[in-house]
Amino acid sequence: MSTPDIARPGQPAGTAPSARPLVALRLTVNNHPGVMSHVCGLFARRAFNVEAILCTPVNGGQVSRIWLLVAEDERLEQMVRQVRKLHDVLDVRRRPAGGEAFARLADCMAAWERETAG
Amino acid sequence: MPAHTPSSNAPGITPGTTPGIAPGAASGAAPTPRKRQPNGADLVIRLLERQGVDVVAGIPGGANLPLYDALGRADSIRHVLARHEQGAGFMAQGMARVTGRPAVFFATSGPGATNTLTAIADAKLDSVPVVCVTGQVPLGLVGSDAFQEVDIYGMSIPVTKHNFLVRSVDELAEVIPAAFRIAASGRPGPVLVDIPKNVQMAPVDPAVFDNPPQPGQPAAPPAPDPAAISRAAALLNAARRPMLYLGGGVVASGASDMAVQLAERAGLPTVMTLMALGAMPAGHPLSLGMLGMHAARHTNLLLAECDVLLVAGARFDDRAVGKAERFCPQATIVHIDIDESELDKILPVHCGITGDVGLALAELLPLLRHRAETGREAWLTRVEECRRRHPFVMPGADDPRTPYGLIRCAADAVDHDAIVATDVGQHQMRTAQAYPLRGPRRWLTSGGLGTMGFGLPAAIGAALARPEATVLCFTGDGSLQMNIQELATAAEEGVNVKILLADNNALGLVRQQQELFYEGRLVASAYRRKVDFARIAEGFGVPAVDLDASEHPLRDLADALRAPGPCLIRVTVPAEANVYPMVPPGADNLQMIGGEPETDAAMQEDDNDCDAHADAAGGRHVHA
Repeated sequence: MSTPDIARPGQPAGTAPSARPLVALRLTVNNHPGVMSHVCGLFARRAFNVEAILCTPVNGGQVSRIWLLVAEDERLEQMVRQVRKLHDVLDVRRRPAGGEAFARLADCMAAWERETAG
Repeated sequence: MPAHTPSSNAPGITPGTTPGIAPGAASGAAPTPRKRQPNGADLVIRLLERQGVDVVAGIPGGANLPLYDALGRADSIRHVLARHEQGAGFMAQGMARVTGRPAVFFATSGPGATNTLTAIADAKLDSVPVVCVTGQVPLGLVGSDAFQEVDIYGMSIPVTKHNFLVRSVDELAEVIPAAFRIAASGRPGPVLVDIPKNVQMAPVDPAVFDNPPQPGQPAAPPAPDPAAISRAAALLNAARRPMLYLGGGVVASGASDMAVQLAERAGLPTVMTLMALGAMPAGHPLSLGMLGMHAARHTNLLLAECDVLLVAGARFDDRAVGKAERFCPQATIVHIDIDESELDKILPVHCGITGDVGLALAELLPLLRHRAETGREAWLTRVEECRRRHPFVMPGADDPRTPYGLIRCAADAVDHDAIVATDVGQHQMRTAQAYPLRGPRRWLTSGGLGTMGFGLPAAIGAALARPEATVLCFTGDGSLQMNIQELATAAEEGVNVKILLADNNALGLVRQQQELFYEGRLVASAYRRKVDFARIAEGFGVPAVDLDASEHPLRDLADALRAPGPCLIRVTVPAEANVYPMVPPGADNLQMIGGEPETDAAMQEDDNDCDAHADAAGGRHVHA
């Protein structure tokens, strides 16, 4: 409603997945409905691509662990700081990742689909 | 929003309120009335009382009627009935901005809830602590597209600091104090609490109701890193042309006095963002006023010359820094902010300090060399010279029937403690440039979101929180029409709000951009019919003064400002009058249009010198 916006300097939104190295973010979060919306919405809103995602409850379900596979770029540190501000996020850790774990997981799910088919 | 009245609340069968039987009138055999069991809504009101909430703005509807029922029973909190939920949200913002404490507003589900979103987003961008309590359809109906159901929890995620959907009455005792704690801790912000109707109506354990939890208080702010403070002190002590840049965080942390002391000790010329105006009093010898798109020419010129910039509680908004790569190209930047994610977000900083601005400045202060020991009198002389050569130009300042004169003459007619609210547009920028603010928490403006319609309800909120103060609301005809219904609230509450309307029958700042950057093609920026605002105000019960028709405009203005209660003062201003100087959107802050006193060759030369400086220094690397 005010004056027209201007372009922010720097990288354009929606950077395509590239040959950049991948990083896994391990989030420990409160386990209640809505936490996934907070986390995924933040990445979408700030135009940061998520390559893969895994979420599992831990320790009886009070908390969950969310694994996010993302590209290592110069905005990652900014994204991590933004994630840390979410009140349902209890801990954030980064570790280098090649995506192999997620690939094995995909194989595992495919096998499970075959076993349970028909 | 039709009110839905549950039959269980019908008069006569509500426990404890049986009409027609006066206490003691019945025979001795009458059972003593059983104490009514409190419900979730009663507990919410109880918890709000314990937070020190004494005024709530809002609008009732089907899904929050139990809350209103409890509000009426408790009779401890004043309710201000807004005419639109966005108005209620801005009233809460007005209260929070002048007190620094979280303020509360109520809305019902569905359209009531969606109407709050603009006010909530505005609070997010300006870091204002508000708590919005919405009614929701009963939990059993959530997800069924029930009447007046929207997913306000999902819709409010991007615009709140945090939000809650309360799924059980047992959560209330934890959620309500948490909402206040989160709203006020660290960098303040809005919190939304969505409470389904069945949760509001569910019985509460009397033990919990009688022994409610402690009120939510802001968490202790993080202590700044001493090593970073030392580095900052060393950089500033070695600086030859340092400057201080204050943002809204200085006001939020109550650090205005500390910032002024620090500037005085070290001799730091000081600029403020739109949000920080008043942090250093106008007229202070070190104050250079607002920086950025509508700064005085000397302010932006001097920033381009500084070698060390201390940024306190600011976030390098594009309206403040212009093209970020070209902002202060020669400067080493020291940045203090309580929100770590602001450091390195727009500009890479050389020394980042995460922490409360007030604490950080207090630790920095004793480490700074005194102005006399720093040998920077040459810089301060240069500042004065630049200020003289490129002064801020304010045409018509003595005539209340001009855009600047309305602001200056109103300021002259009220005391230094007056609170100043604005809407959004040309009048807002002129008020930021021209109003002599003498202290913090007297300046209410929509900085980050730039919400037209902010001014009137925010001014009402300020007047509710500070009934002894005069509240000036500078506005334009475009902005005023975006929440004009709150004139009814102003009249009903009798608040001391003086609306100063600069009426150009246009969307002035849009018109200005079309003239300057769209080759003068004026599309949809002029109104084709004039509105009679004086009659409109009077229709709402607010007295009006039209300075156009006045024979003694100065006297009539002063009289209107002195009379208690709300008032609308309007004056026609020309739509052609642009706000200068202006940096084009996306340009660097040295590309200022207009605002020169008289063109003279020497000044042009001086401008070119500054440009050359910046070119020589080149751009800087910037993060997105």
